Amino acid sequence: MIARRETLLWAVQRATAVVLAFCVLVHLATIIYAVRTGLSASAILGRTQGSFAWGAFYGVFVIAVAVHAALGMRVIAAEWLRMKGPVAEIFAAGFAVLLAAMGLRAVMAVVAA
Amino acid sequence: MGDRAAVPGSSTTGAGPARANLRVSVWRGGAAGDYQSFEVPRQPSQTVLDVVTYIQRELDPTLAYRFACRVGMCGSCAMTVNGKARWTCRTHVDKVAADGALELRPLANLPVVRDLVSDMREFFDKWARARGQFAPKTTREQPFARIDPRSRQRREADAAIECIGCGVCYASCDVVTWNRDYLGPAALNRAWTLVNDPRDGAQRQRLEAVATDAGCHACHTMMTCTELCPKNLSPTRSIAGLKRASLRLLLGGGGE
Repeated sequence: MIARRETLLWAVQRATAVVLAFCVLVHLATIIYAVRTGLSASAILGRTQGSFAWGAFYGVFVIAVAVHAALGMRVIAAEWLRMKGPVAEIFAAGFAVLLAAMGLRAVMAVVAA
Repeated sequence: MGDRAAVPGSSTTGAGPARANLRVSVWRGGAAGDYQSFEVPRQPSQTVLDVVTYIQRELDPTLAYRFACRVGMCGSCAMTVNGKARWTCRTHVDKVAADGALELRPLANLPVVRDLVSDMREFFDKWARARGQFAPKTTREQPFARIDPRSRQRREADAAIECIGCGVCYASCDVVTWNRDYLGPAALNRAWTLVNDPRDGAQRQRLEAVATDAGCHACHTMMTCTELCPKNLSPTRSIAGLKRASLRLLLGGGGE
């Protein structure tokens, strides 16, 4: 049913927006803290490597970005790039996979012990 | 200072200082066509509809345009005036032609019939597709429904009910331009009034008709419709209501 699907996707984009609002604030606060206290790269890695909490936080952040941005790209693909229904869906799904892969790779790089 | 005292918009009666003629560019033809220029004498309190009527009666009787009531009740005289969709009958020339020039086109996002007349069929067909028809639950044999005027639903419907179908919002909506299937602000606003009508028995069908990627979920909340609605309605608010109602339906809350 198209209405159920579209409503679900809308709700998912809204929900991921809420997650992103929280994650972006934490992320910014982390950056400001790291810069102002002059943490070195090795000091940062010392805190993140093997940390489940940082891994989980940035893992959730990356997934929320991938889902939220891909849902937006789906509409941009249809409205501006003039892609027809399934083409826009595949394009958006590919974009989600790309964002998730790049993001999770970066998370692994700082978290893996 | 004396010759600068004619404040635009002030309705000084009688013969003020002679004002320069208006330069009016009017779209002629159908989808393909060109602008034709006219010189129209300025009058105090002149509306854009007065200008178009002057052109047709005095300068070129073949000009096609549409109007009926002249007083902002019927919604038939909307056109694109200097790039914005407006009711021509309620738009004073002084307000929109600061440099003495007017450019008139038919409403955007609709096929052009001829000159300033756009074909409103798809606009109204979309009202039907959005299930803008009242679907009564009861017959005339049954007693009147009692609706509390202070109820939330009645107030939501009241806020959206005054639409007269002029098409200004539809012609101004970028989502309509990008997605020709999009139902548009007016049709969705109409659906919202019925979603808030407890006497209506087609709630589920209506929400299923509007909660699509060509319906309420296509709206990007840019609010051009709300900014330009001559009745000061907020289709954006109505569409947001439809989004919430569709979510309630999805979560099993039913169509109220």
